[in-house]
Amino acid sequence: MTITTSAPPAPPQPKRRVGDRLFAGSATGAGIVILLVLAGVAVFLVSEALPALTADAADLPDGKSLASYVGPLIFGTLMAAVIALVVATPLAVAIALYITHYAPKRLAAAMGYVMDLLAAIPSVVYGFWGIATLAPALVPFYGWAAEHLSFIPLFAGPASVTGRTMLTVGLVLGVMILPIISAISREVFSQAPALHREAALALGATRWEMIRMAVLPYGKSGVIGGAMLGLGRALGETLAVAIILSGSGGVTFNLIGSSNPSTIAANIALQFPESTGLAVNTLIASGLALFVITLAVNMLARWVVNRRADFSGAN
Amino acid sequence: MSTQTPLAPAPAGANAGPVRTQRRLPRFAATGLYLAGVVVGALLSALTGFSITLTVIYGAILGTLAVYLVSRSVEGRRKSTDRLVTTVVTSAFVLAMVPLVSLIWTVLENGLPRLDSTFFNSSMLGVVGEGGGAYHAILGTVIITALTTVISVPIGLLTAIYLVEYGTGRLKKAITFFVDVMTGIPSIVAGLFAYALFALFFGGGVRLGIMGAVALSVLMIPVVVRSAEEVLKLVPNELREAAYALGVPKWRTILKIVIPTSIAGLGTGITLAVARVIGETAPLLVTVGILTGTNLDPFDGRMATLPVYAFYQLTQPGVPAEFGIERAWTAALVLIMLVMALNVVARLISRLFAPKTGR
Repeated sequence: MTITTSAPPAPPQPKRRVGDRLFAGSATGAGIVILLVLAGVAVFLVSEALPALTADAADLPDGKSLASYVGPLIFGTLMAAVIALVVATPLAVAIALYITHYAPKRLAAAMGYVMDLLAAIPSVVYGFWGIATLAPALVPFYGWAAEHLSFIPLFAGPASVTGRTMLTVGLVLGVMILPIISAISREVFSQAPALHREAALALGATRWEMIRMAVLPYGKSGVIGGAMLGLGRALGETLAVAIILSGSGGVTFNLIGSSNPSTIAANIALQFPESTGLAVNTLIASGLALFVITLAVNMLARWVVNRRADFSGAN
Repeated sequence: MSTQTPLAPAPAGANAGPVRTQRRLPRFAATGLYLAGVVVGALLSALTGFSITLTVIYGAILGTLAVYLVSRSVEGRRKSTDRLVTTVVTSAFVLAMVPLVSLIWTVLENGLPRLDSTFFNSSMLGVVGEGGGAYHAILGTVIITALTTVISVPIGLLTAIYLVEYGTGRLKKAITFFVDVMTGIPSIVAGLFAYALFALFFGGGVRLGIMGAVALSVLMIPVVVRSAEEVLKLVPNELREAAYALGVPKWRTILKIVIPTSIAGLGTGITLAVARVIGETAPLLVTVGILTGTNLDPFDGRMATLPVYAFYQLTQPGVPAEFGIERAWTAALVLIMLVMALNVVARLISRLFAPKTGR
């Protein structure tokens, strides 16, 4: 008559093991480190830019005020990026459409891979190509444009004889952001609901009508978001611009002349190695301006892209 | 039979009738018409001295027009619009490929002549004019990229694990958003950040290899987080639940179940992230500078790196200029080959280490 006196074991407490605590802690810590780094970028840039922001205008390089130093650079940055965007977006959409809806299946996969490879080519190489191949190739066109199209302010001329102009830079930047925009467009186009596409085709729509009715409306905000990410990349692009552009002049809308406004990033890359003292602070201040601009563009892009994710009830 | 209204004879234009036979162009007609347009374009450009550019422009316009007009007259408006768009999209695709092919070709053409053993064996120390190489720059790039990987991968991976396995609420949202934002930081700004950070401790004008690694980490961490997050999300929840049901603690589940399952994807993502930063020039330009000799200590002064080396050899080639420019192109070629090799490695990783299915 032995009654087991041992009570049934208590249900295991969900106890926090040391390993668990360590692991969760370090994972959370890593996430927080990222937030700190981003905050650090802003704080350190501001702290190093502060001397230039508060300095007397006469002490700055060229003896001009900070605004008149950074102003033309901001103009040049925006100009180059906008040209790139205008050139690249339609082409990127065409590439994405071609790969997702026109090319044979097997070919499409290979081409998608090639486009991804192209996104990885370093920007310094694009700069090399721009100055060695594209710029000389465009010189005859610039001459022709200055002769026949000079009534348009963009082609006012006189044409540059080296081809190292704002337009060349814009085109090279366009080639550089092409893979980025087309990758994102490709993704949204391929996600267009198959039911919608098949319904359109079943109603007798041609392929283009199907794309216009079922694919493009679905992918629109994705394309916009991708374009803005490309814009962000073009704004911050440094080496390609620094190598190609002969940037010396002030604000001008003449895209084919030999004196162009430089861009913020290129100016930093070219001036920084030889700068000391307050000149460094001035360059960092211009970098801060670039940081703010790209941050705004990227936040807007993310907002646009994420909005699509909220609305797409397809999945 | 006179009471019955005869069917109206089809009008000559064949467009007004309610029933019309679908007339189609033969299968290869569109391609043929387009090519004919290109040939005419080539002839036109030959009139004013042959040039490839003009041929392409004339050819694309004439070819598109030919396809559109013929299709319009034979097949009608809707079908011809479809053909027009097909032609335009395909033309645009080919047009976009032109600069990319041209880029590869230019780099190969200019870079191959100096791709010899001297280039890999010697530094630029005491080299004026001919000879010289990128030994020091290649080693510098390897060291700085390795340091960057050592900094970025733990932070990036742990953050991805946090986001997928632990994260909840505000902090998760904030981290996701700011990782996205960080992806868009211009590389030169990352370089300025590293400079500003180290300038606080070491004073202005400081140049160190480790600064470059810190700058590159700012660029690499978000890439690692994003790709790792995507991969970790793909691990099916059933695996985790099975582990928990067996009483395995969460951290062991992550280490022994989640990560091994996704190791292929993680490896691919990390390799691609390395490929992404290995060609970055701007941040290294402002943080590491350039050196003609070999310096392998990232905590002691300037170092040479391949992209910066290429940049300076091109922009300040010395006298005579041609040798410096040749070295610059070869450096660019080596850089591209490195990036491509990393991409191939990434592919191989994803193929070789993919989890075996059908156990």
